[in-house]
Amino acid sequence: MNNMDNIQKRLLEEVADLHEIPEGAYNIRSNGEGAGRRSTEHIEITTKTDKPGIDIHIKDNTVRESVHIPVIISQTGLTESVYNDFFIGENCDVTIIAGCGIHNCGTQKSEHDGIHTFLVGKNSRVRYVEKHYGEGDGRGEVVLNPQTIVHLAENSYLEMDTVQIKGVDSTIRTTRGDVADNATLIVKEKIMTHGTQHAETDFIVDLNGVNSGTHLVSRSVAKENSTQMFRSNIRGNNACNGHSECDAIIMDNGKVAAVPELEANCVDASLIHEAAIGKIAGEQLTKLMSLGLTEEEAVEMIVNGFLK
Amino acid sequence: MLELQNISYTVTDDGKNKEIIRDVSLKLEDDKFYVITGPNGGGKSTLARLISGIVKPDSGKILFDGKDITDMSITDRARNGISFAFQQPVRFKGITVKDLITLAAGDMSTADACAYLSEVGLCARDYINREVNASLSGGELKRIEIAVTMARSSKLTVFDEPEAGIDLWSFNNLIKVFDRLHDKLHGCIVIISHQERIINIADELILIAGGRVTKTGSKEEVMPLINSGNWAVDSCDKLNI
Ligand SMILES: Nc1ncnc2c1ncn2[C@@H]1O[C@H](COP(=O)(O)OP(=O)(O)OP(=O)(O)O)[C@@H](O)[C@H]1O
Ligand SMILES: [Mg+2]
Repeated sequence: MNNMDNIQKRLLEEVADLHEIPEGAYNIRSNGEGAGRRSTEHIEITTKTDKPGIDIHIKDNTVRESVHIPVIISQTGLTESVYNDFFIGENCDVTIIAGCGIHNCGTQKSEHDGIHTFLVGKNSRVRYVEKHYGEGDGRGEVVLNPQTIVHLAENSYLEMDTVQIKGVDSTIRTTRGDVADNATLIVKEKIMTHGTQHAETDFIVDLNGVNSGTHLVSRSVAKENSTQMFRSNIRGNNACNGHSECDAIIMDNGKVAAVPELEANCVDASLIHEAAIGKIAGEQLTKLMSLGLTEEEAVEMIVNGFLK
Repeated sequence: MLELQNISYTVTDDGKNKEIIRDVSLKLEDDKFYVITGPNGGGKSTLARLISGIVKPDSGKILFDGKDITDMSITDRARNGISFAFQQPVRFKGITVKDLITLAAGDMSTADACAYLSEVGLCARDYINREVNASLSGGELKRIEIAVTMARSSKLTVFDEPEAGIDLWSFNNLIKVFDRLHDKLHGCIVIISHQERIINIADELILIAGGRVTKTGSKEEVMPLINSGNWAVDSCDKLNI
């Protein structure tokens, strides 16, 4: 980390709230190369030999530990696909903080496609936090296409929080999950697009186990000429509970499409989808204006609250 | 304080024009406690929306402290000292009670602002960080709306049916709260209400029906009109069209 420049340091702060070397295990990837790594007694990080990326092995019974794996790109025109596989043992309770920050001030496209696979062992709990951030004054595009594949063993739990608020021109986020008996997958995403940005979300979750469950929540704001697409498919293959929710605010010429799919393949599957897309309610604006805010300030407060 | 001069307001409903406020003139004085009452659909909430600037009149003038505010925005009216607690409070995803109270209170401390929550019977500690979203009950939302509005300490405050949805026990306290607010503010308080107990504490009563002010005066002067029961005839007439 010591030989990073200021841009790289700032990106790291944006995506991982990191000001210095994090506690616990970490792996920092900067401009396509390793920029620092630490394994711990319970968490071992190794470089893949067949393709770019790392394997993260977390031993059984690892509790209250964290792994940071931020990726930063400050070089224009860099395109990379990186595979990170997490092997999480049984009875663990861990937090994984990933994120990608791109600073592109050139004219060429910078793209990072992170493919994250989680094998979560029995009775384990994982919190996975991912933040995407782009910046740069050049005309080069910032493209991020994250893929997350989650396999949840019996009685395990994974909660994924993803945020993409700024600066990413194009993103296709793909999430696949299969959920065993008594296991639960929670996904919360927050997206804001502006300019001519495009963001797509695509979830497919198979609820295979008895009493398995999932909860997909997407909150997004599409401003200016940006577009978004939300696709979800929850397949209830057993006695299970599935819930997806797409809640979007559109402003200016923003466009949002939601295509929810529910597939009940078992009579005891209970699946719900809720979608609400619309501009900010007029009465919300008038209420805040009657408390002294201007219309612009009211919009800002509503959007900030919505994405908080 | 506030003067409405010949205010009229028309809406288009199903392609038809409907005049819902008809040539209303009213003068509200400083430091007085008014109650507006009258039949459902009479135009009370619309009048409050006209005063706070949410809707603009087709004709007529609104003066506030002698200044013409007819064309003034909601924001500027709020900043000049007009507050309005909605009949149906608005819900927000992600905005907390604290966000609204601190916004309303301006440079008042959060602790002071919290006192308003306690006044309306909500334990500040339990509610201050709650989101003002669909998880709040109707009565809780209504009390928060009242507390937020009171926290503004404005020269003119309009409460639209503050008692609606509030349980009986709290209702007794609510009346005391308005009494105290009146003592403290030295401003003008207007409560739109159907409750006799609220009507009883008014300095002056304003009766609105069919988009007009049909009577203003003391309780003794106005109550007989309310009790005479000719509103029922009115609604039968409507059915006959
Ligand atoms: N935008 C609108 N379009 C059509 N009709 C409207 C509109 N706004 C108000 N009205 C009508 O105007 C009348 C007055 O409404 P208002 O809400 O002011 O009544 P109110 O006196 O507050 O009644 P309540 O005691 O039930 O609250 C009603 O008949 C209502 O249906
Ligand atoms: Mg009303």
